[in-house]
Amino acid sequence: MFIAPEFQQLRDRIAAGGPDAVERALARGRLDLDDLAALLSPAAGPFLAEMAQRSARLTRQRFGNVIQLYAPLYLSSFCINRCAYCGFSAGNAMPRRVLSFEEAEAEAMILHRRGFSHILLVSGEAPAKAGVEYLEALALRLRDKFAAISIEVQPLETAEYARLFAAGITAVAIYQETYDQTVYDQVHRAGKKRDFVYRLATPERAARAGMREVGIGALLGLSDWRAEGLAMGHHLAYLRKAFWRTGLTVSFPRIRPAKGEFAPLMPVSERDLTQLIFALRIFDPDLGLYLSTREEARYRDGMLGLGPTRYSAGSCTVPGGYGDSAASGAQFEIGDQRTIDEVSRAIRAKGLDPVRKDWDAIFQQHEQGRRQAA
Amino acid sequence: MLTIAGKTFRSRLFTGTGKFSSPRVMKEALLASGSEMVTVALRRVDLHDPADDIMAVLDRDRFFFLPNTAGARNAAEAVRLAKLARASGGGNWVKLEVTPDPRTLLPDPVETLAATEELVKAGFVVLPYMNADPILALRLQDAGAAAVMPLGSPIGTNQGVLTRFQVAIIIEQARVPVVVDAGIGAPSHAAEAMEMGADAVLVNTAIAVAGDPVRMAQAFAKAVEAGREAYEAGLGARRTEAEASSPQTGLDFLR
Repeated sequence: MFIAPEFQQLRDRIAAGGPDAVERALARGRLDLDDLAALLSPAAGPFLAEMAQRSARLTRQRFGNVIQLYAPLYLSSFCINRCAYCGFSAGNAMPRRVLSFEEAEAEAMILHRRGFSHILLVSGEAPAKAGVEYLEALALRLRDKFAAISIEVQPLETAEYARLFAAGITAVAIYQETYDQTVYDQVHRAGKKRDFVYRLATPERAARAGMREVGIGALLGLSDWRAEGLAMGHHLAYLRKAFWRTGLTVSFPRIRPAKGEFAPLMPVSERDLTQLIFALRIFDPDLGLYLSTREEARYRDGMLGLGPTRYSAGSCTVPGGYGDSAASGAQFEIGDQRTIDEVSRAIRAKGLDPVRKDWDAIFQQHEQGRRQAA
Repeated sequence: MLTIAGKTFRSRLFTGTGKFSSPRVMKEALLASGSEMVTVALRRVDLHDPADDIMAVLDRDRFFFLPNTAGARNAAEAVRLAKLARASGGGNWVKLEVTPDPRTLLPDPVETLAATEELVKAGFVVLPYMNADPILALRLQDAGAAAVMPLGSPIGTNQGVLTRFQVAIIIEQARVPVVVDAGIGAPSHAAEAMEMGADAVLVNTAIAVAGDPVRMAQAFAKAVEAGREAYEAGLGARRTEAEASSPQTGLDFLR
């Protein structure tokens, strides 16, 4: 099982790196965790253009000139956890709902008509409202219409993930939010999410269940982003070794200082975020890297081709929000309001191909058949 | 220190007992090599006969004997050989070699994986000799191999680490020690494998058929040490391609 390194030690290790360590890291073919620490250090700040060049080259080499598009489908805003930073936190007075199967399917079909074939099912963590049975039944209804279905929901057990995989769900995103356990304990005030260790072992459970892809991430703004980056490096290295059949992805949700919202405890600037993305790309060239609509269009366009490989577009973070634009109760504010067509145009303008389908449900059905046969 | 299945080795040079001009030359060369792990072909040696020509000259306190299944053409033969060796006091370690093609002696991946699974289940410490195929290396580790032994080039060819690119991937992904076996024809080849991060190398032919096997054994010992030390010290990387010293990648969009 992955054990998170002590957070302060990660910070110390990063602080120890100077320009020499950065140059050494950038000269190496394959980077180790010390090199990653160097690329995350303040000493790497002046090397951002070099890092961009290396990151862009690796991204092109491993992924080609394509950006994969996806859209989140919010299913439920119910949540049993009290998390200081989240719009869905159990303490917040807000209209809550969970979509019925019909409602969820209607939302999904809107995304389907927009051209998405990869969807991400998202919910607050409330198993009684949107548990495994719910997700399984919904996946079975959606699997014929979508090439790939991912989930970003409460942590589940291995057997539950295996069940969802058989139902057509191929990928699981589960963010630790912060690898700094002190801060983790502070911001997660109540609910099952208070269990740091259980959450930390969730990517492993998903991988063990056979998921094709597992995504990790830190909510940027809770603690020192540099040490979060190095902690993710440790986590990724562990997962690569232990679950070599599983593809890995990283997301970079950044808390933006906005009115009425949770103010970041340790703000992360655009430059910081950029350094983090480049450092992880150079550390692990095969990572799928997400850049969501939390970020503004200007930034997302600027980053095209430099590292991220997956973009969401036209996202709405309110359950039922695609069909009813008046629906309220968003998890977070959107920074890039453009439609999928507008985002696609911006991607093409950079000489890249916006890809809407890069998987097929037939793989899963085959696996399911084999499992039944076995 | 190298540890395989709980056993530690000071020397990262593994050796073999084949092809020497006499047991006496073999003994002197192996002592000169500093090697602590010596592989012996089960078909060649009688492990429980103290009068056996190989067993008689090699001190078992000094050398750990790793019986190998050389000659086995499929999993069934290899498993039978290993079990016979264990039954006659050969211990539960085995260097698994399954080589159906007598010309190249290249290992059969399918039979090697099957034999590894079976031998691990039977309680053996299995070190499979394999082609330098990274996925096979992972599958063998999943099956419980205690180390993997990818070849540098076909056995006896002295061509060096021709599989360099694949071996590098195997090393990067490994959860168990990686021993580069076969094809290491010169001390520089051994150093190269060690610089890449291999945990050990196995050298037999290059020592056994050298003009002076004893001096060649010493040369290999130095090369293995030098390579390991360079790896641990952290080599400066060779650039895969030139990179502009003043990158043009635009970051003007950043706020």
